[in-house]
Amino acid sequence: MRARTRRLWTFAISASLLVAAATLVFFALRGNANLFYTPEILAEKGMPEIGREVRVGGWVEPGSLNYPGDGAEIRFIVIDGSPQTIPVSYTGIAPDLFREGQGVVAVGKFDDTGLFTARQLLAKHDENYQPRELKQAKPVSADASE
Amino acid sequence: MIEIGHLLTFLALGLSLAQGVFGFMGRRALAGRIALTAFVSMALAFLTLVVAFAQSDFSVALVANNSHTLKPMAYKLAGTWGNHEGSMALWCLVTLGFGAAGAVLMRTGREIFEARALGMQGLLAVGALAYLLFASSPFTRLDPAPFQGASLNPLLQDPALTFHPPMLYLGYVGYSFVFALAAAGLMEARIDRVWAKEARRWGLAAFVPLTLGIALGSYWAYYELGWGGWWFWDPVENASLMPWLIGAAFLHSVIVTEKRGGFAAWTALLAVLAFLFSIMGAFLVRSGVLTSVHAFAVDPERGLLLLLGLIFYGLIALVLFAVRAPRLEGGKGWSGFSREGALMANNIVLVVAALTVLLGTLFPLMAEAAGQTISVGEPYFNLTFVPILVLILAILPVVQAWAWGKADLSHWMKWALGGLGLVLVFAALGVGVFEISLGAAFGLALGMWLIFGALWELKRRAVSLRRVFRLQLRIWGMTLAHVGLGVFIIGAVVETTQRYESTIALPRDGTETVAGWSITLEDVRAIEGPNWYADRAELSIAKSGARATLAPMKRYYPAAQMPTTETAIYKTGTGDLYVALGERRDVDGEARWVFRVYFNPLIDLVFFGVFLMALGGFLSLLPRRRKVGAGS
Repeated sequence: MRARTRRLWTFAISASLLVAAATLVFFALRGNANLFYTPEILAEKGMPEIGREVRVGGWVEPGSLNYPGDGAEIRFIVIDGSPQTIPVSYTGIAPDLFREGQGVVAVGKFDDTGLFTARQLLAKHDENYQPRELKQAKPVSADASE
Repeated sequence: MIEIGHLLTFLALGLSLAQGVFGFMGRRALAGRIALTAFVSMALAFLTLVVAFAQSDFSVALVANNSHTLKPMAYKLAGTWGNHEGSMALWCLVTLGFGAAGAVLMRTGREIFEARALGMQGLLAVGALAYLLFASSPFTRLDPAPFQGASLNPLLQDPALTFHPPMLYLGYVGYSFVFALAAAGLMEARIDRVWAKEARRWGLAAFVPLTLGIALGSYWAYYELGWGGWWFWDPVENASLMPWLIGAAFLHSVIVTEKRGGFAAWTALLAVLAFLFSIMGAFLVRSGVLTSVHAFAVDPERGLLLLLGLIFYGLIALVLFAVRAPRLEGGKGWSGFSREGALMANNIVLVVAALTVLLGTLFPLMAEAAGQTISVGEPYFNLTFVPILVLILAILPVVQAWAWGKADLSHWMKWALGGLGLVLVFAALGVGVFEISLGAAFGLALGMWLIFGALWELKRRAVSLRRVFRLQLRIWGMTLAHVGLGVFIIGAVVETTQRYESTIALPRDGTETVAGWSITLEDVRAIEGPNWYADRAELSIAKSGARATLAPMKRYYPAAQMPTTETAIYKTGTGDLYVALGERRDVDGEARWVFRVYFNPLIDLVFFGVFLMALGGFLSLLPRRRKVGAGS
């Protein structure tokens, strides 16, 4: 094949692959970039579509932690000082620093009753590592953020 | 002691500057000697830091912040590089180490070229050393010295993590020398076979430790984090994957340059990009712009300096490239259906894959700049990265037999039909008999296809079975690497799609059945280690005759005020039964302990496959085997 034809082919193949990749990336990002909701944002924007994975964050309401079953599942309520609250269910090991009154970010989905089923919980790890989103949210009150 | 180290580091900085000047003046021998001296100087400086850690000298700020007298000695030593400043010192040491190794090992017979490569390496070292000395000095004293240190993050007190950073840095920084070679080659507009032969060895010298470093990190994440998985698409994992992909592309492209003189500009570009991606990884991890478990030094100013370094070296390289690339020789002509064409396809795919990872990693940053908080996780990468790679893997066994220049396509159909048949058989077997998903069956077939193809290629090249062991080591290296890729894919696909997980809450003497295993909680006891105490659960597990005890722990490190999870793993022939202990929950007045139980099928193949790839790279790096009787 002549050098020019070859260059043309290489360019055409690379370009079409790039376009294919860009299309994939576009759809993947549109469908899979997780939006972040605090209770306040939820009240403002309304529920995301059922079955779409999102992240919710806020503080674990003191006194809200309970076990509906044999202990494998936990339930708690996420608050952020706004009138809206988010009930969360999680089955699994909670992060070491997860407790009532502490900040938490949950990854999961809402069901049609408004219950958020988390597949992953992120708690404040230590002073240096805090879920990034929570730095922007305001603490509920002095005692709630310990 | 560390004052001496501080002085020696300044000396290394001065020497690197001299290495740069004399190197660019073309004084090969002098630059080489300076490179060796600079390396020795920095090695001694690093040693003073290690000694300070070994002696728990808390008057050194770095030791006080990252060590503790009760820590086991191995972790005291590993603490030297388990923090920002120390790891940058390691970065400098490795940069100078590659300069020294280059001074000794380069064999191109081109004095000016080698001198310039050493000069460029010196210039890279100057940047790293200046950053170390003026922006993140490990040589700072505390007055008064504290009586006790703040300890190393307990998650990092682990054997795999002791070797993970040095391996990773050998890889990242190894690409600095590939960068230097590319810059020197571009300066004289000579990216030819001799250049490629040299650059390929250094590309392998970086690729092997980078592969091992990533595997160690992944293995650590598997058993230490207690999340069951081995890859989480964490920004820091991505930061190491991008240079790996570019480095892999380089290793394939440089073959064309070495054997046929082709792809010269493209190979040089990849050589430069591999190192730029490495610096970008350092920037992403150290600046705190991305949220990650690795972000141990969240300091925007340091991040800015790294970004400036990235832009500075990137500009040098790209300007050189823009000026010289048009003057590079083109090599022999080739048709699209040829080994050149196949390797070109490999390169396009690997680079596009690296770009999708880059986009997924940076997208949250861009979104944040636009005022939205967004995270990009596994589903994105499964949708973009995976199909792109599948494309090239599926054709690999067919195209690797193609000849240089123009391939004989008469057997093409046979191969394609063979592959298709294999996929169909596996899909039918997998879905029908073993009840796995179609995607998993396809993945399995792909892995088998790769292994089969690699072995077939070995046989084809050897012509007869007796001659297999007389083949060049680099052929063996290629075969092992491709077999390793196949093994990895089988492990990854089976583990990811067939993993079983469940959460159970057991009271004392309670039993539950998970994945066919009956799990009984015998006892939970408090125990104590050298610098931690722990709750240790004793579980007896049983499944059709097999019986064992597992003891997962939840440790607490008082010095760092941090808990860690110590998982317990029972290896069966087909996978790992993996248990992590969670918290105690009091349900209706009864104490229960939460366990996360996973069955991770064929997980060992994931790590073994990656190990084979590294081993293949290592074999390719070994010097050519001399032919018996040839005498050369």
